[in-house]
Amino acid sequence: MPLIAEIFEVQKDDFVAAGEASAKIKRTLKKLGVGSEVIRRIAVCAYEVELNLIIHSLGGTIDFSVTQERVTLVVKDVGPGIPNVDLAMREGWSTAPESVRMMGFGAGMGLPNMKRNADEFDIHSEMGVGTEITMKFNIK
Amino acid sequence: MERPTYYHSVMLVKEKCKGCTTCLKHCPTEAIRVYGGTAHIIKERCIDCGACIKRCPYHAKVAVTEPFKRIQDFKIKVALPAPTLYGQFKGLSDIGRLLDALIAIGFDDVYEVARGAEYVSQEVARRVAGRKVHNGMPLISSACPAIVRLIQVRFPELLDNVVDVISPMEAAAVAARRRVCQNMSAQPGDVGIFFLTPCPAKMTEVRAPQALRHSNVDGVISIMDVYGMLNAQIKKARHFPYLQHAGALGVAWAQTGGEMIAVGEENSLAVDGIENVIQVLESIENGDLSDLDYFEGLACVGGCLGGPLTFENTYVAKNRLRKLTERLPKVQAPEGEERELDREDLRTQQLLQPNPAMQLDGDFSVALQKMERIEQVLADLPGLDCGSCGSPSCRALAEDVVLGFAVELDCIFKLKQKIQQMSKQMVDLSETTRR
Repeated sequence: MPLIAEIFEVQKDDFVAAGEASAKIKRTLKKLGVGSEVIRRIAVCAYEVELNLIIHSLGGTIDFSVTQERVTLVVKDVGPGIPNVDLAMREGWSTAPESVRMMGFGAGMGLPNMKRNADEFDIHSEMGVGTEITMKFNIK
Repeated sequence: MERPTYYHSVMLVKEKCKGCTTCLKHCPTEAIRVYGGTAHIIKERCIDCGACIKRCPYHAKVAVTEPFKRIQDFKIKVALPAPTLYGQFKGLSDIGRLLDALIAIGFDDVYEVARGAEYVSQEVARRVAGRKVHNGMPLISSACPAIVRLIQVRFPELLDNVVDVISPMEAAAVAARRRVCQNMSAQPGDVGIFFLTPCPAKMTEVRAPQALRHSNVDGVISIMDVYGMLNAQIKKARHFPYLQHAGALGVAWAQTGGEMIAVGEENSLAVDGIENVIQVLESIENGDLSDLDYFEGLACVGGCLGGPLTFENTYVAKNRLRKLTERLPKVQAPEGEERELDREDLRTQQLLQPNPAMQLDGDFSVALQKMERIEQVLADLPGLDCGSCGSPSCRALAEDVVLGFAVELDCIFKLKQKIQQMSKQMVDLSETTRR
């Protein structure tokens, strides 16, 4: 049973609130005294995934939980789904539209970056249904 | 290793404090609480940034620095003027005259902190250029002591990125003592080095250094305390060219971006105002500024020119500084044989340690339990963050309740609810007992 659990809703195109969910996650982890190295990796993943929801998805949730052993982020969106997950996991591949790239996002580093920073990384996606990403971080 | 982390320059004058919540809401480390009618500073959390000094409408928050007469404790008295001092005087057209005025008020020698800044700029530039592994985050300036402490309290994961170079003040102090001992054949202990400061955080940096074992500065005097004396002397002062050594780039450190320009790294960012700095540190932490090589963050708007112990309006001072440096050569610090400081002198002596003052508990499982209870308490608070309870936000009150520093009924809305409940019970009681 997680002792701390919170669900953050993230809306599509809501750039105004960008970074708020990840800021709250970081604050909680710092209050708990989670090690710096782990917080650093979680910060990168939480922010990256939050922006992904805003930019690429039709909206979704970040389910943040903490137990004695680990921090888990389960991220679900309501579509549109990733056509080819293997391709999306390659660095430099992006479906971001020009308008988003103009803002400096969509370099195609997001998913590989998350995978690199998480201790466990799992992704499932179905076109027209949505994507679910689970990231786990061990607390040493 | 002994580190007197909790020395503080920022203090409360109880008699002046009205117990309002102005300071409470603007403290970047949530280090202030109001109870019993006055503010209280949580010493473990305070970073001496002086934000509360600037905000307090009753001047109840003050910075404790040393009285000017302290210079009399030393045989040879050396002034280290912060470049910020140069911008404080109306009609001053020559830095040399101001430096001579320092001699007139009682100092035996002057060493410009701006000159120290020239050495520090070169050293920082070497660190940035010589960096082997870029960890996705820029190197961070160590110049503003309030920002260094902010990082220790709120961004410990960024501590490794703070450059291991001493501050211009410390660099100037080392060079000054050396020069005086040589030229006046004095013993190091006879020399008193006094920094003329625009801010309380510098006082704290001297009394409780974080990256050095001991400060090289013997005393810190507020610019405000010498302003009057200097202003009177400047008119009589002469231009003494032998006192003035710093170039325009060193002097420009007084303002935001001055360090960045002196370091000369293309991919740099300079930010002032502690709230802005916090936002950028969040972005750095998120890996969102991975294209940046150097970050200069200053707690005060306008940089040191905006320090709480300065006399002149920040922007007026900035404009004066611009005029004063227009004709100066860029850099004056000598290279090669002539150098007063070697690279080792400029290196910090110990690693910056995280300050765990924001953590709920040293034990992770206990912290988890406390956090769980905080969430429960918070769910029941109104979420207005009004500060009337004496804590800066509803979340902070929930934390204070769980940590045992406050009770839920400190919330005036909860109290009102409770009173309504009780009065209803009284009415009910009197109804049922009526015969």
